[in-house]
Amino acid sequence: MAVTTRRKRASRTRIDWFLVVLRFTALAVIGAGLLAFVAQQIDPANPFARWANPDATGLTGAQFQGLVVAGLSQGAMYGLIALGYSMVYGVLGFINFAHGEVFMVGAMTGMIASNKLADAGAWESNFIGSLTIIVLVAIAASTATAVVMERVAYRPLRGSPYLVALITSIGVSFFLQNVSVVLLGPAAKAYPALPEWLTAKRTPLEIEGTRILVIVVAGVSMAVLWFLVERTRMGRSMRAVAEDKEIAALMGINVDRTIVTTFAVGGAMAGVAGILWGILFRSVIHTTGFLPGIKAFSAAVVGGIGNMGGAMAGGVTLGTAEAVGPLTILEPLGVVGVSQLRDAVAFAVLILVLLIRPSGLFGERLSTEERA
Amino acid sequence: MTAVTDPTARAAGADNPGLGARPVGDQPWRRISGMVAIGALAQMFIALSGMPVGLDDRTIIEPVLSLGYLGLVWLPLLMGYRAGCEPVLEGMPVHAKGRREVVAGALVGIGAGASISILVLLLHNFDLRDPLVNWGPQLAEVLGFGRSPGFAVIIWIAIGAGGGAAAGSLHLVPSPIRRAVIAMAATVIGAAVIERVVTDLAGGLGLGTAADRLYAPRGGLSWPGAVALAAVSGIAAGSGRGRISRTRTRIQTLEGTTRTVTNAALVVAAGLVAVVLPLLVGKITNELLANVGMFVLLALGLNIVVGLAGILDLGYVAFYAVGGYTVAVLTASASPGIAPELPWLAALVGVVVMAVLTGLFIGAPVIRMRGDYLAIVTLGFGEIIRLLFLSDWLSGWFGGAQGITNIPGVQVFGLATVKGTDPRAVLYLVMVFCALAVYVSWRLERSRLGRAWMAIREDESVAEVMGVNTVNAKLLAFVVGAVLGSFSGAIFAAKVGSIFPSSFLILISIIILVVVIFGGMGNVVGVIAGAVVLVGVLGGPRQPGLLQELSEYKLLVYGALLVWMMIQRPEGLVPNVGRNRELHPDEFRQDAWLRGRASCGEHDKGANAADDSEARRR
Amino acid sequence: MNSEPILQTRNLSVTFGGLKALADLDFAVEKGEIVSVIGPNGAGKTTLFNLISAMTAPSSGDIRFEGSSILGLDPNQVTARGIARTFQNVRLFAKMTVLENVMVAQHCRTRQGVLGALLYTRAFRREEAEIRAYGHEVLSFFGSRLTGYRLDQPASVLSYANRRRLEIARAMATRPELILLDEPVAGMNPVESAQLTELIARLRDEWGLTVVLIEHDMSVVRDVSDRVVVLDHGETIAGGSYRDVSTDPAVIEAYLGRRAESP
Repeated sequence: MAVTTRRKRASRTRIDWFLVVLRFTALAVIGAGLLAFVAQQIDPANPFARWANPDATGLTGAQFQGLVVAGLSQGAMYGLIALGYSMVYGVLGFINFAHGEVFMVGAMTGMIASNKLADAGAWESNFIGSLTIIVLVAIAASTATAVVMERVAYRPLRGSPYLVALITSIGVSFFLQNVSVVLLGPAAKAYPALPEWLTAKRTPLEIEGTRILVIVVAGVSMAVLWFLVERTRMGRSMRAVAEDKEIAALMGINVDRTIVTTFAVGGAMAGVAGILWGILFRSVIHTTGFLPGIKAFSAAVVGGIGNMGGAMAGGVTLGTAEAVGPLTILEPLGVVGVSQLRDAVAFAVLILVLLIRPSGLFGERLSTEERA
Repeated sequence: MTAVTDPTARAAGADNPGLGARPVGDQPWRRISGMVAIGALAQMFIALSGMPVGLDDRTIIEPVLSLGYLGLVWLPLLMGYRAGCEPVLEGMPVHAKGRREVVAGALVGIGAGASISILVLLLHNFDLRDPLVNWGPQLAEVLGFGRSPGFAVIIWIAIGAGGGAAAGSLHLVPSPIRRAVIAMAATVIGAAVIERVVTDLAGGLGLGTAADRLYAPRGGLSWPGAVALAAVSGIAAGSGRGRISRTRTRIQTLEGTTRTVTNAALVVAAGLVAVVLPLLVGKITNELLANVGMFVLLALGLNIVVGLAGILDLGYVAFYAVGGYTVAVLTASASPGIAPELPWLAALVGVVVMAVLTGLFIGAPVIRMRGDYLAIVTLGFGEIIRLLFLSDWLSGWFGGAQGITNIPGVQVFGLATVKGTDPRAVLYLVMVFCALAVYVSWRLERSRLGRAWMAIREDESVAEVMGVNTVNAKLLAFVVGAVLGSFSGAIFAAKVGSIFPSSFLILISIIILVVVIFGGMGNVVGVIAGAVVLVGVLGGPRQPGLLQELSEYKLLVYGALLVWMMIQRPEGLVPNVGRNRELHPDEFRQDAWLRGRASCGEHDKGANAADDSEARRR
Repeated sequence: MNSEPILQTRNLSVTFGGLKALADLDFAVEKGEIVSVIGPNGAGKTTLFNLISAMTAPSSGDIRFEGSSILGLDPNQVTARGIARTFQNVRLFAKMTVLENVMVAQHCRTRQGVLGALLYTRAFRREEAEIRAYGHEVLSFFGSRLTGYRLDQPASVLSYANRRRLEIARAMATRPELILLDEPVAGMNPVESAQLTELIARLRDEWGLTVVLIEHDMSVVRDVSDRVVVLDHGETIAGGSYRDVSTDPAVIEAYLGRRAESP
């Protein structure tokens, strides 16, 4: 959808050459790592497998499968958060840096609600009912946070350069994190234990039930969202505003309300993602929103910002890359302690995508104002 | 990437200062009820954040006011004032003021008081300690004045109503009185905040007894001291209408050599103060000033990147880390990889080289990106660099989580050793580098490159069409900023004597950004002032400031301040004098009118925008 | 080589999302000419300027300046070759002063970098003085309107007409051979636009520039142009002297005809 044609560069500057070298180096490292990994899987005694890392052990099929499923479920969560970044970017053209904190608010309220339910005994006796309740509570809290944030911090800045809005959103993010610290304390807080039947690994695929639950919940939310955006009046106005605010206003669409709706829907998705985080990791702290937020933004960029399907796909891609990448690329290259570098890998994916395909894997959909 | 990239140049009409400016006369009561609700919620939040308890130990005025209670009282006062503040477009007739201002202020105050009262009642009847950590008897004790809930309810509503009404009625009194009242409040609170510096300095000057009169033995202003200060500042502010700004204007309008001489004199005076001050104050104050100085240095570096070139670099902490680790590796005997044990000054060469390389390495990939992507990607780089220093993979070089310890101090040509145990020496070292950074900023701003940066900040695509090689210019900004930031890291390593990845959290980048924006992007004086005020009073990420008691809340304050600044005053608190110089008042007024800048009451227009900002700060 | 035009486009096309903004445009300007490009809104006039100044890349075709192709160059390199432009919706560096606006435009004609500025070398000071002096010279082209106390005013406080003048001054400060003016008199009153018309003629006569301007004000076009080129739907529909063009039936239909309907 990108309209501006890229300049063909007849003249390459030193920086361009540097970037070319950088791209090829990165691709070569990935390629070498993958090759070493494959070699190892074929025959562990293979000299190529031992070339960089004599201690490499490779992965068993079950381990690999476990990693992929873990990546997919986390990726689904990133995807849900990424939707919020992508939709707001599509409509307002700025990165709502504080969206990660909206997600954190969902995870926090979910934690509070689930603990109250566990105290009351409902968590064990009726898990699905409790889950529904905490999802609704988290959606309510995250949506409220997103809407208030738009009203208080972003609406006064409408029409100002994107940097002003971006810096403001950084402030909002910082503020919300610390609101959580002063109200709820700086310590990490736990979700109650999940029921046995959910955490057990199921026989046919050896996959934990929680992973499946996460993927199912994310899928359902995505389907609901797709229905909202593609099939309802509200969704039409959202797409219209994303396309061109002024024309949409002329067509009788209430732009303010549509923008609020966008924030609300993004917030709701982040609320769901917050609960998924709680289910996956069972622990939440005020900085919970930061890294998943950045990664979800990366996912939105990977998928092509403004593109909703792309956001979900980007989330899954990034989640998988982050789970599988360190062990299949870095470990065979002899990097020790690769699991520490998981987050660095996620950032590296973002940087690589922006270097190689700045409009994302699935293309951008931006409003006309942003394209110019 | 269209139009203006500079946050401060806002399109007309978008210049809407949030709460304060709905259209004139458009349902004022709706706006007031909104403010009542916001005030009540904010007040409830302040109480629940535990500030009243956590800050109760710090006294402002000996028997009557602690910082904890001040935390609860300022909001109804400020919002009461804002509620009565009718937005007036400059050049439009001023709406007649009357009872409404007072009533609005009182309503907002009552709202805030009522929310505390409700909280008191809730505290007595429910236990919500589970999610809310500050819920408990201590909070009930402070909020209830240690008496019955009924008494507290009456008192809080009375305080709210009285305070709000008083604040609202400030609109009705003549402006000298208003100025005097605001000056009195600001002076008293300010004096209480800087107590430690004042007593320390007074001791150094042999005026210890005077300081003892002013301050109570157990901290805080003594009440006679507070009254005396208030009287002096009130009289000064009430009578000296605009004298400061007039002096400023006079200095600015000086011509040719007189002006150069005046400027030179000011610089020399500032230099003298900088040399003498550390000798007069004690170790703790020097330590504080040294910490402030390191942030001044970081902020000056970031100011070149963000303020001059308009590149939002959120990974600035990476250069701080690179500076610190380079010094650690090159000077410490305990460095796990190579350990050449160079002297600090020699290592500084390595620091510059590494900073330039890192700047180029981070800068080259991001420099062509859209500004917002650039921000996030630099943030990513900042985090990657910290993760690499932390990783086991590179622990053979950088010690992983154990960091590098036993970093020697700075040998200054065999004359002295500067290290953390001697904060005065560190302060002098920091000041040398700050002076260097100021010189660099000052020279570059007035050079071909500086102009190119400003043009890029204003409108990048036009700058390119006007012949500026934007890629090179931006990369240079990145590198210059990197070098200045790495100096701060180098000093940090020598000062602390050991270095860990946890010293280089992303949060530092954000705090430096707040400092730069608070002071005013692109404005060297403003940025220095911003760093001194913010880091001096609130403290850095780890370093305590003058309000040590605030340490739990300082990040909250930084976040709130950043949002507030961007919405209300994106140009920073200290207006960029150089830019506005020689503006003719007529044109200034016209311009202000064109921008449709809504403002409160009858601010002196244009010419003394500085005065304006003073008033707002209070 | 004298016969070759200073600027020449060959089969220049550009497409925006399926819409052909320029279609196989052949357009040439001889050295020392003043050429007006006219045409109804959306005819592709500003697009042509954007292509020449490398702000947009063409889909196909070639642009040659002083005998060599400038295709694929960055905008700053095009400016360094000697093409300067102004913008239809005045785009000054609003917070920089009037003088700084023309100083920064000399960027590609000057060399001093970080070290010169920091060490305050003799070469740096000399170059700064030259930049300043040339800035004054360019600004005084407009009489006293942009000089004196205005030198140190931010561009944002200038009147609309002065902003247009400053844009032209800024373009002149890049020391171009060819200057592209996008609606230079838009928003000016008749007296001001008559003065500016005179100045445009002086740009060629005294400064030796070749001028291409986009203009809607027909009196300006008539008074100043050696030649008029009419664009419609991204194609040249007529070219020649003002008199020829203004009587060309195709033009009247496409352009003047429409003007007559809604003056």
